[in-house]
Amino acid sequence: MLRRLPVLSRTQYRTGKRWTASAASASTPTRTPLSSILIANRGEIALRVGRTASEHGIRTTTLYTDPDARSQHALSSPFAVNLGDPSQYLDGDRIIQVAKQHGCQAIHPGYGFLSENAAFAKNCTEAGLNFIGPPWKAIEAMGNKSRSKEIMIEAGVPCIPGYHGSNQDPQYLKDQAEKIGYPVLLKAVKGGGGKGMRIARTSDEFMDKLTSAKSEAMSSFGDDVMLVEKYITTPRHIEVQVFADKHGNCVALGERDCSIQRRHQKILEESPAPHLDESVRQDLWEKARAAALAVGYEGAGTVEFIFDNDSGEFFFMEMNTRLQVEHPVTEMVTGQDLVYWQILVAKGGQLPLTQEEIHQEIKQRGHAIEARIYAENPDMNFIPDSGRLLHLRTPSTTDTVRIDAGFVVGDEVSSYYDPMIAKLIVQAADRSTALQKLRAALEAYEIAGPITNIEFLKRMCVSQDFMAGDVETGYIEKHRSELFDKPEVPYELYVQAAISLYVTEQANAHPEPAVKRPEQTVGFGYAAQPREFHLTQPSQDGAGHSTPMAMLVKEIGPNVFTTTTQGMEPIIVTSNFDHSQNVLQSFFPHSRIETTFIQDTTSNTLILFQHGRQYRLQLALPKWAEKALGMKDVTNSVLAPMPCKVLRVEVQEGAQVTKNQALVVIESMKMETVIRAPHDGTIAKIVHRAGDLCKAGTALVEFAEVAE
Amino acid sequence: MATAASSPIWRDLRRRVCQNARKPSSTRIYQPTRRFAATYTSPHQAAKISIIQSAVDTSSTAYRENAESMRQLMQKFSALHEEAAKGGNAKAREKHIARGKMLVRDRVTALTDPGTPFLELSALAGYQVYPGEEVPAGGIVTGIGTVEGVMCMIVANDSTVKGGTYYPITVKKHLRAQEIAQQNRLPCIYLVDSGGANLPHQADVFPDRDHFGRIFYNQARMSGMGIPQLSVVMGPCTAGGAYVPSMSDESIIVQEQGHIFLAGPPLVKAATGEVVSAEDLGGGKLHSEISGVTDYLAVDDAHAIVLARRCVQNLNYSRHANASQTPRWKEPLYDPEELGGVVGTNLKTQIDGHEIIARIVDGSEFSEFKPLYGPTLITGFASIYGHPVGIVANNGILFSESSLKGAHFIQLCAKRNIPLVFLQNISGFMVGQEAEKGGIAKNGAKLVTAVACAEVPKFTVVFGSSAGAGNYGMCGRAYSPRFLWAWPTAKTSVMGPEQLSAVMEAVGKTVDPKLKERIELESEATFATARLWDDGIIPPSHTRRVLGMGLQAAMSGSTEQKETAFGVFRM
Repeated sequence: MLRRLPVLSRTQYRTGKRWTASAASASTPTRTPLSSILIANRGEIALRVGRTASEHGIRTTTLYTDPDARSQHALSSPFAVNLGDPSQYLDGDRIIQVAKQHGCQAIHPGYGFLSENAAFAKNCTEAGLNFIGPPWKAIEAMGNKSRSKEIMIEAGVPCIPGYHGSNQDPQYLKDQAEKIGYPVLLKAVKGGGGKGMRIARTSDEFMDKLTSAKSEAMSSFGDDVMLVEKYITTPRHIEVQVFADKHGNCVALGERDCSIQRRHQKILEESPAPHLDESVRQDLWEKARAAALAVGYEGAGTVEFIFDNDSGEFFFMEMNTRLQVEHPVTEMVTGQDLVYWQILVAKGGQLPLTQEEIHQEIKQRGHAIEARIYAENPDMNFIPDSGRLLHLRTPSTTDTVRIDAGFVVGDEVSSYYDPMIAKLIVQAADRSTALQKLRAALEAYEIAGPITNIEFLKRMCVSQDFMAGDVETGYIEKHRSELFDKPEVPYELYVQAAISLYVTEQANAHPEPAVKRPEQTVGFGYAAQPREFHLTQPSQDGAGHSTPMAMLVKEIGPNVFTTTTQGMEPIIVTSNFDHSQNVLQSFFPHSRIETTFIQDTTSNTLILFQHGRQYRLQLALPKWAEKALGMKDVTNSVLAPMPCKVLRVEVQEGAQVTKNQALVVIESMKMETVIRAPHDGTIAKIVHRAGDLCKAGTALVEFAEVAE
Repeated sequence: MATAASSPIWRDLRRRVCQNARKPSSTRIYQPTRRFAATYTSPHQAAKISIIQSAVDTSSTAYRENAESMRQLMQKFSALHEEAAKGGNAKAREKHIARGKMLVRDRVTALTDPGTPFLELSALAGYQVYPGEEVPAGGIVTGIGTVEGVMCMIVANDSTVKGGTYYPITVKKHLRAQEIAQQNRLPCIYLVDSGGANLPHQADVFPDRDHFGRIFYNQARMSGMGIPQLSVVMGPCTAGGAYVPSMSDESIIVQEQGHIFLAGPPLVKAATGEVVSAEDLGGGKLHSEISGVTDYLAVDDAHAIVLARRCVQNLNYSRHANASQTPRWKEPLYDPEELGGVVGTNLKTQIDGHEIIARIVDGSEFSEFKPLYGPTLITGFASIYGHPVGIVANNGILFSESSLKGAHFIQLCAKRNIPLVFLQNISGFMVGQEAEKGGIAKNGAKLVTAVACAEVPKFTVVFGSSAGAGNYGMCGRAYSPRFLWAWPTAKTSVMGPEQLSAVMEAVGKTVDPKLKERIELESEATFATARLWDDGIIPPSHTRRVLGMGLQAAMSGSTEQKETAFGVFRM
């Protein structure tokens, strides 16, 4: 994959009048040399940091674990150290030791992992390593939600009403909730990323929600201390990118609207935030800087606000004391390299731009928007997917279209780590143009292998309210019917899928045919018969299939096929398959259509890209398979959507269930997922019990067959 | 080259050339004593001498009339093929499908690799052979198909035709397929679904050398030669038929559908009084679990075919290309579709053999041998899909000279291991005192001897008449060409109906007034192909393709090379 950084602006090194915080107190910082850093992260962010580092002649050392040994970030540097076990990215002491051994002067923690671990930052400093991030005290202050809120209130930053105290007696918390007024949000104090978070809409459900939030928090963070807050019904997530240096300067590099979220995690981020009054914007920036300065901040940070769309008020939520996933949005809209800024600050340098200069840059550059491309299944409540990237084609990158990715074709999206494949960022003069460019780029983005959210993102790009800028964090839920509408599979796609199978399977079986076949068809044309391909559409929820489409294909001349299915007139299609590109070009009687065709034999799936859209089909199992191999048609089974562990089985054999009733709770990628009944029916068999480890596609529960 | 250019000799030569150039006529006039330059000819210019120049005018009336008459004839043949390909009547086919069985052509298609052709043999076998009985395709589909990259001979019974029983023509077709398989070393796959010998015809099916028993003899012999024999039992396999799977290297059987027994339940009851079901007597389970007659048990036809394909994968059989084949070739310069208009359907008009060759061979390039001598027979080298071939084509009556030239050329090909393609349109050797004086008998015999003894694969295509000893000299059926195909216009008989009647009258016999009519009918292409005098009627425009397939079968994969052990006798 190609990656590009925005061209650094001319003004970058210019010194000028700076916005200086009143509270800044600075002993004169010493300039420290920085020629070798250790990147204590993986994936695209490790590559991203490495890129800027090497642009500035800084040697990078990368880390990897066993499943990551051949991942792109590990291969990006000649200095790559094996940590072994998949969990080792979290072993701070070991990492510090590696850094010392390899003569690294600084550690860049990226995001996630150790990036917001105050103890780690502290240990780095004590070990004489430059931690590229804020002072550990700032991390600690912001890491505790209750404490950070106190500091914010003191600094005059508006905070959401709520209870952040240490009394964790459930009844007491419930009383607090009553005081704040429903709906309320329950949130783990140590939490983040949507884990350990629940909404209680009425007092009746408060206790249930509290229990489940606590259990999730305990398993995710090892701490179940909860806070209770007012829940805002049409909230927006607006955050401000701030930067502070050791000289007491602090600037806001604009805000980002990250309201489009699923599972409480962002998927689309943009800057500037749409429909935001300029005075509110300036106020946001101001408050964000105040927040940073209140904790003596240095380096890159993000102050997150919850914005009440109904009242126009905003409240401080938390401060992320790291470079964030969505930092490229800010880079694209300001024309700056934030990693470089981080390095500058770490070296003791001054911020390159003033607040006013930044404002001018943003005005000039217009709008930037980022789409996160995940291996996940939107149709199954966005549960993560994993697997090998069988095919990857990316839109061409330019100054205004950027891709940050950690994978190339053939790489495995591992279930050990975050399933984000890439970030696609576009920039344009205004929001609607940016959206249009994003849609076009997504249409050119082809990934086969794991299921991705690209199709969903495309539908987002054309969703009317989103186009109008009417964003809110509940957007996806509110626009469910529109966003999850399954597109019809065009007839031509079935035709092309069948022809591609006809052509490619043979080529794959005998890659270099010693026996050349120029003759194609001989004689009067009645010797051979058409071949029948049964194609089905996998259902959205992983259970069962549509009725198969039986496509008949007969090659009647070199690259000329007649195709038909029941009730259709036979059509003659001239088709050429380009094996190097996996593209089938077909001349139908009415038009020319090019389709990318990828076959995933492990999951028996055909992935096709046609006219900027992805389709998934399956080649039905032959009739004999069940009898001969004991292979079961999965129509009546509910399958594990990904490699997982069964946590709980919620139903009994023989039970009557209704559609969407919870059947099994599984855990994968440290996330609990409820598998629900795809339809009403009777449970015939519980295939896997709690504690079982299942591969993707194994049956979890079988339904009784319904007599027709 | 760099080292060569800088070697002392080159330096020396360059210096001298330069000196000459620098010293003009002022000192000495340079006068060459002799030419020392070889004329350079580019390969592309050289190739021009081999390109056949067509004299056919595709806009002429004659051409258009010819094309139209051929189109009509083709339509007739296409309809005949379509009808024969259906197999048994609609009722029989429906019954077959209702049992969960695949129709024979569906089986063959499923067995072969997608994107590869199936070269069907004698599709019109049995056409109007048995008065009052229709045996479409002779009740058996045979042909060459590619399975897992290996060219195989596929022999598949059509049980919708008289229960798949063996008529005499069925036996003949089965044996011919085995003969082709043996000569070209093609693994045999038998898709068995047959009720055995057709009892009313037993006298013409059972006893003789080339009757039913020969099938198993061939299987045993071929297996001995290392030509694999595979059976897939998809229906009954009774009595003699039981030996087809039993004599195969590996056998697959479909459960509750395939049955193998020496005698079926009715005969068992009659013989011993034992009452037993077909499944218990010789079903798939019995033979795969208990008797061991079959090796693999399939649940249905599709499964059986998958197993058969896997068997072929495990044959470890040669997939080698023909070593002499050039990997790149050019299509003919002239469209093979023009052949209809070139020849038409009136055999009385002389056809220039060059025009046929120009529409068959790669790039229409033909290195003609002895073009000026004995011009009624065209001989020369060409290639078809990159396979080198020697072509012998009629261009009129065979004279002594043309026979000698043919014999000479065939020897060349035999020595060089180049397969021979005979393009036959011959009414015979020249007759008359002049010809006899010139020794036409012994000269013709030389041609026949050369044809008979040349140990290279031979292919014959009859594009016009095939009469008299010309049939022999041009590698007729009796000379065992690997394949013999006929165009719809082909006419095969010892002599034309008029001449035959005239001869009969001349020798004083009373001539049956219907004789001429009968001879007329007997020389038709349909009559010949129905009796397997050829391996099938082909569309003229597919001549190149079928020859390509035939060459592939003969020259690639496992092959047997024999030497022709004489020097070349110049004639």
